[in-house]
Amino acid sequence: MAIPKTIGVETEYGILLRGTEESNPIAASSLLINAYLNAERDGPAPRVGWDFEDESPGMDQRGFAPLGSMPPEVETHLVNAVLTNGARYYVDHAHPEISTPECTNARDIVLFDRAAELIAIRSMEAADHVLPAGQNLVVYKNNSDGKGNSYGCHENYLVDRATPFSRIVTHATAHFITRQIFTGSGKVGSEAPGITSEEVPFQLTQRADFFEEEVGLETTLKRPIINTRDEPHADAQKYRRLHVIVGDANMSQVSTFLKVGTTAIVLALIEDDFLPREHIFAAPVQAMREVSYDLTLAKPYELASGASITAIQVQWDLLEQGKKYVEERGTENVGGDVAHEVLRRWEDVLTALEDDPMQLATQLDWVAKYRLMQSFRDRHDIAWDDARLAALDIQYHDLRPARCLFNKLGVEAIVDDSEAIEAMLSPPTDTRAYFRGECLKRWPEQIVAANWDSMVFDVGDEPLRRVPMMEPTRGTREHVGNLFTECDSAADLLERLGN
Amino acid sequence: MAEREQKKRPAPRESEEKIEATPVASEEGEKLKSELDDLLDEIDEVLETNAEDFVKSYIQKGGQ
Repeated sequence: MAIPKTIGVETEYGILLRGTEESNPIAASSLLINAYLNAERDGPAPRVGWDFEDESPGMDQRGFAPLGSMPPEVETHLVNAVLTNGARYYVDHAHPEISTPECTNARDIVLFDRAAELIAIRSMEAADHVLPAGQNLVVYKNNSDGKGNSYGCHENYLVDRATPFSRIVTHATAHFITRQIFTGSGKVGSEAPGITSEEVPFQLTQRADFFEEEVGLETTLKRPIINTRDEPHADAQKYRRLHVIVGDANMSQVSTFLKVGTTAIVLALIEDDFLPREHIFAAPVQAMREVSYDLTLAKPYELASGASITAIQVQWDLLEQGKKYVEERGTENVGGDVAHEVLRRWEDVLTALEDDPMQLATQLDWVAKYRLMQSFRDRHDIAWDDARLAALDIQYHDLRPARCLFNKLGVEAIVDDSEAIEAMLSPPTDTRAYFRGECLKRWPEQIVAANWDSMVFDVGDEPLRRVPMMEPTRGTREHVGNLFTECDSAADLLERLGN
Repeated sequence: MAEREQKKRPAPRESEEKIEATPVASEEGEKLKSELDDLLDEIDEVLETNAEDFVKSYIQKGGQ
């Protein structure tokens, strides 16, 4: 049975220390984050550390860890902070990473993803004050350096534990291969071995080049389309957290909105066994890349059944089922009213992609970037392998407002920055992130550490108290809002919670 | 052999040819073109000055 989708997105950003030859990305990431934490200690970043008590990223959804697989490491010694909006800001794999707080719908994900960008921008400004003159730190929201090194933007969706994992694998794989036509951030060339600029001058996504397996536990090598990490950060008897590693980091809010909104709907369809047709690709890894390489969107792919289908046809089919689902079962499990906007935009985008993708130059990342590159090539009469296009590709994702090329393209925004500025400080009100964030705002001195599913308090005489939060949809304003108006101290709060 | 053609039309796509084949011969088309020109002027201004060095210097560690 479908459950309401709790969703989070974690973004690893590219980072560059400019104005010096020395470059240590871990030191640069630490400096960036520490500069923010020092500047905002009285505001959104009260210096509360992450609690690693319950981390076990080596657990596998399939119930076993295959021989020779490499469980991800947990880097416990690097800077790792919890913010008053419920987000986590830390160094991961030599990149600064921000995880949004838990949200219930695609619009809130867009909001807190934009807040994360603003946090990165504020961090760069704070770092400039600390760095020697002539040096500055620059953050890029992309997924590859163009030289074969990739870093991720992962989505997380809470799903019903009872849903057979094999059913998730079947249908989610078809969605992940085909949603690339609107989720891609665009990339000049290919980083897959042996593919030339003539063969792939430009592709839809940043990430497709880096997927080598269909299903697996890895995230940093031999990346799988379906990641099997089984670490729900919630009641493991009831929930799975599907960890999605195939997506691009999007600059376009419309792309992020659709990426998350359509996936939440598809997962509800899977949980409720609402998908009559299976689209099992004969060669999923190959299809993943070929969809990304095919700018005409017209290429048919062979299915295991022997039939063939285009990416856009798979998406039309999923949309049709999604509409039917919402008509019959409502929007409770797919983001409430926001689901109607997801369906509307999903249909609009598929219609335009089928007619002429260039109509979406102010909607989708890959189209905006492609049009920019085409115009640039026309003006300067250059080939696709010209270094200026590679520079333009990177700079599209430069988060410095004055340098960011994306900012200049007039792409539609779904949320206002005024709202996102508030979201740098305050958590969503309808998940446990509300409890985490509001506690951190009020009583940072009494909080020893926090993580997704618990908080540890120190209120003086007693031993440390851990407050478990195993239900992601509890601890909302509706549930605990009155506690915050009625309690004067963390000790009060703990007493009330204990009763 | 294919170099010149590749420069001009590296990724053949029907839709785009459609745009090129039927230019909007109106004020609106002119306006669009001038907006795009302004945009490209602006981009020429902010684009990294030494593209080749910049692209070389942009090296990241592989992440997740």
